[in-house]
Amino acid sequence: MFLALRDLRFARGRFALMGAVVALIAVLGVLLSGLASGLADAGISGLRALPVTHMAFDEKATSEQFSRSTVEQKAWQEWSKAPGVKRAEPFGNTLANAQVAQGAEKGEQVNLAVFGMAPDSPLAPRPTSGESLKEAGTGIVITREIADLGVKVGDVLTADKSKVRLKVVGLVDDTVSYGHIGVVYTDLDTWRHLHYGLPGDLPEAARRQATAVALTLEPGADVAAVEKATGTHADTKEATYDASPGYTAESSTMALIKGFLYAISALVVGAFFTVWTVQRKAEIALLKALGAPTGYILRDALAQVVAVLVGATAVGTAVGLALGSAMIGKAPFSLSAPAIATSAGLLIGLGTVGAVVAVRRITAVDPLTALGATR
Amino acid sequence: MTTPATGRQAASDTAGPGGLRMLDITLTLGDGDTAVTALADVSLTVAPGEFVAVVGPSGSGKSSLLAVAGGLQRPTSGTVHIAGTELTALSDKERTAARRHHIGFVFQQSNLLASLTVREQLLLPLHIDGRLDAAGRTRADELIEAVGLSHRAGARPHQLSGGERQRAGLARALMTSPAVLLVDEPTSALDRVRSAEAVRLIAEQTHERGTATVMVTHDTAIMDAADRVYEMVDGRLS
Repeated sequence: MFLALRDLRFARGRFALMGAVVALIAVLGVLLSGLASGLADAGISGLRALPVTHMAFDEKATSEQFSRSTVEQKAWQEWSKAPGVKRAEPFGNTLANAQVAQGAEKGEQVNLAVFGMAPDSPLAPRPTSGESLKEAGTGIVITREIADLGVKVGDVLTADKSKVRLKVVGLVDDTVSYGHIGVVYTDLDTWRHLHYGLPGDLPEAARRQATAVALTLEPGADVAAVEKATGTHADTKEATYDASPGYTAESSTMALIKGFLYAISALVVGAFFTVWTVQRKAEIALLKALGAPTGYILRDALAQVVAVLVGATAVGTAVGLALGSAMIGKAPFSLSAPAIATSAGLLIGLGTVGAVVAVRRITAVDPLTALGATR
Repeated sequence: MTTPATGRQAASDTAGPGGLRMLDITLTLGDGDTAVTALADVSLTVAPGEFVAVVGPSGSGKSSLLAVAGGLQRPTSGTVHIAGTELTALSDKERTAARRHHIGFVFQQSNLLASLTVREQLLLPLHIDGRLDAAGRTRADELIEAVGLSHRAGARPHQLSGGERQRAGLARALMTSPAVLLVDEPTSALDRVRSAEAVRLIAEQTHERGTATVMVTHDTAIMDAADRVYEMVDGRLS
């Protein structure tokens, strides 16, 4: 770094400009990562929080399974008997509207992503305040997004179509959402009332239905036979994220923007170091004539590249984190350390690749050009 | 004359224990019809502490002579010995190392690195060789003093005059205590008075430090300081 550091200092204006571009891209990288994780949280954090490995849907539902699929009691009973299946239980999923009937925010409209499950199953929530779900009650456990609207434990909501009374018994104080709507947990019968919009007694057929079979499978379990017998198809939990409304579109849009960003950054860095290396040609010839091995010059140049990229990315990431923390709560935004580290790493890594292509031309410089009136 | 490829063994029958010996050098550039003979059967021996000037018009092959003597270019035929090592028998990598250890170049208009101070220009060859230490720093200060640049040691090339740059270039070339000092048109950017001063300094350092010095120039006015003068015409030395 003998020469690289001194060149950085000497041509600081030029390097600062290039560094600023990388830093700005790093800022954007942090913000996009935050937005992507924020959108993912809003879209699928409810599914992510479920302690299952797979979900089995009606095999006829091939997209938007959570709204299209219906499974029968026979299905989850067969699943729970199948080999390789540790646990199988019915899971209900529906979107519903309700109004606060009793509480500080009386009259307030709320949207609910209703998750129905047996209150004694592992799927049931563990509230951070209030009580857990009870069998066949009309209790619900709300999550942070609903609580942020002013709904409290002890309040009562009325569902729009079925007019079912939903007493808030507990709160999970965490962001648990599905399709950008806050999740509420309830027992299966209450879920069925909300799903079918039925007041009063449930018809016998409805009592034996759920949206999907929530499964915990042993690794490598072969479930083809039970899938065939029950007319269902099991997806991994991660694959079900794509069934969440809007999730695929959001995440692929984010990935596309980020991909372009990194590509642009690599090209900018590559272009800069190409011009820089061409400008230095006479000096490189001189170094070679003085007896510097090509490896020495390459190492020096690459150390410079990495120093600039790491420095600029660090500054940009710090600024991005500062801006990002100000955005939390105002937008679907969450800062996840692995996502930001990946973003910074990609920026440095791809920038280095761009620069390596540029500084490779060092090897082609002929020391002979140091002689004569070429300069 | 069977010098092994590693070339470190002294070839005492062809060259003295040091200095530069070029024997029957021919250098042909290009192929076929466009081939040009840059050096034709050139032989030149320079003893340690001897200052040889080669004068000739541009295109006469002076630069090619330096390129071959300095291991920047392989001759088509003939041998070059530097400090007892047969340069022409070395691999590219070994020639680069030989340049680093045994050869000092002073280029036209000195060719300094823009971002380095005078002192750093001198330290660079030691850093390249991985032996930049306190002794090296002392030597750099000593050489800066010897070429009269002590007051400019912290200046960068753009802050120096042409003469100062040339002196810095000379000091850098002497940093590694080279056996051979090769000087390319040292006065091309200097006026008459400065030219004479620069060449006198080169002669002085040659005699004091015992380098075998070859200076090529088209400027016949500066030959007086040299111990021997050759003329180069169409690739031939006389």
